[in-house]
Amino acid sequence: MIKFKFNKTIKYSNFELNVDFELQKGDFLSIYGESGAGKTTILRIISGLENADKGIINSNDSIWYNSESKINIKPQERKIGFVFQNNSLFPNMTVIKNLEFALEKNQSKSIISELIETIDLTKLKDRKIDSLSGGQRQKVALARALVQKPSLLLLDEPFSAIDDYNRLKLQDYILKIHHKYNLTTILVTHNLPEIFKLSNKVLKIKNGKVEAFGSPTELFLTQENNSTFKLLGTILSLNKEEGEYLIYILVSGNIINRLVSEKEFNKYTVGELIELSSSNFQPVLRKNIIL
Amino acid sequence: MFDWNPILLTFKLALITTVILLVISIPLAYWLSNKKSKLKSIIEAIISLPLVLPPTVLGFYLLIAFSPNSSFGSFFSNYLGIDLAFSFTGLVIGSIIYSLPFMVQPILSGLNSLPKSLSEASFVLGKSKKTTLLKVLLPNIKHSVTTGIILAFAHTIGEFGVVLMIGGNIPNQTKVVSIAIYDEVESLNYSNAHIYSVFLLAVTFTILLIVYLRKNSNLTILK
Repeated sequence: MIKFKFNKTIKYSNFELNVDFELQKGDFLSIYGESGAGKTTILRIISGLENADKGIINSNDSIWYNSESKINIKPQERKIGFVFQNNSLFPNMTVIKNLEFALEKNQSKSIISELIETIDLTKLKDRKIDSLSGGQRQKVALARALVQKPSLLLLDEPFSAIDDYNRLKLQDYILKIHHKYNLTTILVTHNLPEIFKLSNKVLKIKNGKVEAFGSPTELFLTQENNSTFKLLGTILSLNKEEGEYLIYILVSGNIINRLVSEKEFNKYTVGELIELSSSNFQPVLRKNIIL
Repeated sequence: MFDWNPILLTFKLALITTVILLVISIPLAYWLSNKKSKLKSIIEAIISLPLVLPPTVLGFYLLIAFSPNSSFGSFFSNYLGIDLAFSFTGLVIGSIIYSLPFMVQPILSGLNSLPKSLSEASFVLGKSKKTTLLKVLLPNIKHSVTTGIILAFAHTIGEFGVVLMIGGNIPNQTKVVSIAIYDEVESLNYSNAHIYSVFLLAVTFTILLIVYLRKNSNLTILK
């Protein structure tokens, strides 16, 4: 069991981060919230890269942080796997050297060949980091984070700079290793499909405070959002055609138009972000999406 | 009769100074790159002083400090048996201070240009600050380190004011090329002054040419 309970005043955004939650071994937690809500800071405090103002972090039987008894284990000694958003691989080393760098003293190299096979890195082994794509880099970063066989894996929006196809593939690898190595994993994300695919628990935070903590189903699949939907769109064009007022809106890659009254028409400007909502929404489903 | 000793002495001084500067500057720049305190600003300002201060001012204070009457100078002469004023050792100390910004600044800006996530990734992999510096950070700023080495070496070769103040003109001890030129001109020995001057001009130009060739070729790779 891992227990986290801490607070920290975030100076630059002027709020207090305040979290209190527990994870069981094997849990996959997604931390969900808007940008700047404090998600990444939570990971950094857990890993010891940043200090909390007050609180405790206990991992199984060991105390990582306790402000009262002034215990604060260095990040080096917490044995955590951490995958950063980007730019964390060492450009002076090849892929395999990056992995070997992560080995502990006297640790056998066998884990590296095992990881290379599990995450399909054989072809990339001897490549320099500069020559890898965003998705390939994150695969290597994931493998490197696992070399020391950590019990806790922290993922800080690892998919943010990756295209959809590689995003889905990387998610599969993460799920695979999460089960294979019986990890406890914490993922920072603001992507709902990711949460449903990967995690069994969600921590929803807003301005540093925990808004909700539970399973994805409990948090997101409530009755109220079953028939009402909201979408964000951008106004592409405002057209007056034969006395009719038409607004063209870009929504999820589709251009739709809507007839409005003259009064409403004059309210909007081109490029403006607007919200579209509909109740009693009964969409037609189709399965032919190719990414 | 042309005397080659000033040339050898100049190279000896520049080499020793550069090696010591490298050893001092790497930890110093690393420390500075991780600090955000007022102390950092004060130390950076002190390191950069030789860039703007007339060498005579630096030389004057060093001369006072090196004098056996001062506590610094007497410590060296009583406990280590080294007289600093008008000696080669004194010259090395003076050159280190004089060329410090040329070594520290490139290394510091190199370290600052690296994303913080590199060292953080190394820390969470259990690696110490020393291992991180030597195996991760420095290999990624090789270019900055060599720039520092080249500039510190060239700057030491070209120093005059500080040497004149603290070293004087003692053959094989403190008579470096720049002093020798002054000396030859004073005694109206222009042909020797020419040889020394051409030598300095050629060496420093070659060094700077290497710096800029490296810099510009690097840019084309980036493009």
